[in-house]
Amino acid sequence: MNGNEKSPKDGPRAQPPFGRVVNITKTFQAGGNTFPAVKDVSFQFRKGDLISLLGPSGCGKTTVLKMMGGLVPSSGGLIELEGRVISAPFPGVGVVFQAPTLMPWRTVLSNVLFPMEVLGKNDARANKRAHEILNLVGLDSFEHAYPRQLSGGMQQRVALCRAIIHEPSILLMDEPFGALDELTRLEMNDLLLDLRRVTGATVLFVTHSISEAIYLSDQVVVFSKRPAVIVKELTIDIPYPRSAKTRFLPQFTEWERQAGVALGLVHQ
Amino acid sequence: MSRSISRFFYPLAGAAIIVLIWHYYVVLMQVSIVVLPTPLQVLKSMIDNARILTEEGWVTALECVYGFALSLAIGIPIAVVMTYSRIANQMFYPLLVASQSIPKVAVAPILLIWFGTGIKSKLAMAFVIAFFPVVVDTATGLRSTSPDLLELARSLQCTRLQTFFKIQLPSALPSIFSGAKIAVTLSVIGAVIGEFIGSNEGLGNLLLTANSQLNSPLVWASLTVLSVLGMILYGLVVLAEKLLMPWAADVDLKH
Repeated sequence: MNGNEKSPKDGPRAQPPFGRVVNITKTFQAGGNTFPAVKDVSFQFRKGDLISLLGPSGCGKTTVLKMMGGLVPSSGGLIELEGRVISAPFPGVGVVFQAPTLMPWRTVLSNVLFPMEVLGKNDARANKRAHEILNLVGLDSFEHAYPRQLSGGMQQRVALCRAIIHEPSILLMDEPFGALDELTRLEMNDLLLDLRRVTGATVLFVTHSISEAIYLSDQVVVFSKRPAVIVKELTIDIPYPRSAKTRFLPQFTEWERQAGVALGLVHQ
Repeated sequence: MSRSISRFFYPLAGAAIIVLIWHYYVVLMQVSIVVLPTPLQVLKSMIDNARILTEEGWVTALECVYGFALSLAIGIPIAVVMTYSRIANQMFYPLLVASQSIPKVAVAPILLIWFGTGIKSKLAMAFVIAFFPVVVDTATGLRSTSPDLLELARSLQCTRLQTFFKIQLPSALPSIFSGAKIAVTLSVIGAVIGEFIGSNEGLGNLLLTANSQLNSPLVWASLTVLSVLGMILYGLVVLAEKLLMPWAADVDLKH
């Protein structure tokens, strides 16, 4: 990269995207053989977008997500965020996993404050923000509880708070609601949309649920089976705020059908 | 409430039944006091020898505690090194495992030569017996840290020390405690073996002396005190576990 566009924020002309992925590939080596996991994946997104990476289980979409967080090095291609090339972990990324992955020895509040502690910013302001976001997810009265005293859905809400406490510029979510029951999952979808509205976070969301991807996203990137290749990109133009009614709109069903076709589940 | 009563009632009732069987067996079969004293004779011996049992018990207790502390102080760092250095692991782990096939009792005379008949050889014996489970369980605990938590640490760019002290060590704590619980009981065995091989104090020594004088009630009294000592030490480790790991306590302790 030449780096001649240092500040992408100013200047309305030819604004570069907030983030972009160009031709990234990933190969794994095992027993002298190389296995392609991700092949020539390219897409881009704007600040504040919610992008779903949709694909069958084990297709390599999680690998794409991890490469975007600098957690896994790519074997080729380019990842750019706010004009910076990503090749290693960087501050300003929040992660949520499929399991809540809280520290059982810390209280809810202390779990949420963990990133601030590590970043050396665990001050009164951080504390206040922690209270605020816990309040936002309805867990303000559980601040001093230990994770094991909470239900799975509540724990995942704590994990969400922990991921956004340090105001990351990008939030990486790896099938975060996949382990929850259906009702909790629907609830968490709305909670995520609320959080995004309030924080303005850019979210990359890995899922294998078609309806979840469409309900949440501005943009859905559909992947094939391993190795992950993009088979379709859908720009979901259903306006926010979305609600339970959204799921019954004819457009919604049409998007679902298109995603299904792209995944090879529905024949045209 | 009734659950907490039964928690004490049933073990006591079980012990009472055994003691009663023991008592009536000795009385009805007219067993000689040298072969097997009655529970009451043992109790009487405990009261008569309360002072010497306390003094010797204290010596043994110190040996156990020091040996146990040593097994933690040395066992945990060994586990840490073995976990984080692949080379150290490959070089020394097989030796460590092989060393465990040596009967520990056979080591005792050597320790006696090295450390003399004082307390040092006893706590060395307690250490030799007790440290292995600490190493194995600590290493297991450190290895079983959730990969997602490690990834979280990486995404936040935690330093190695931060990752170790804030994530891996607390994750390993439950395993460390299960190793410590085994170690503390083994340290009692180690201390007594040490005293058997060469000592002029401690409960093991008292037991041997009483045995050579055919003072069976005192032998059984020493055994009883040893067993109580073991239970107290075990209880202290459990207490430490509760204090250091309040998060693992029962859910109904909430607020």
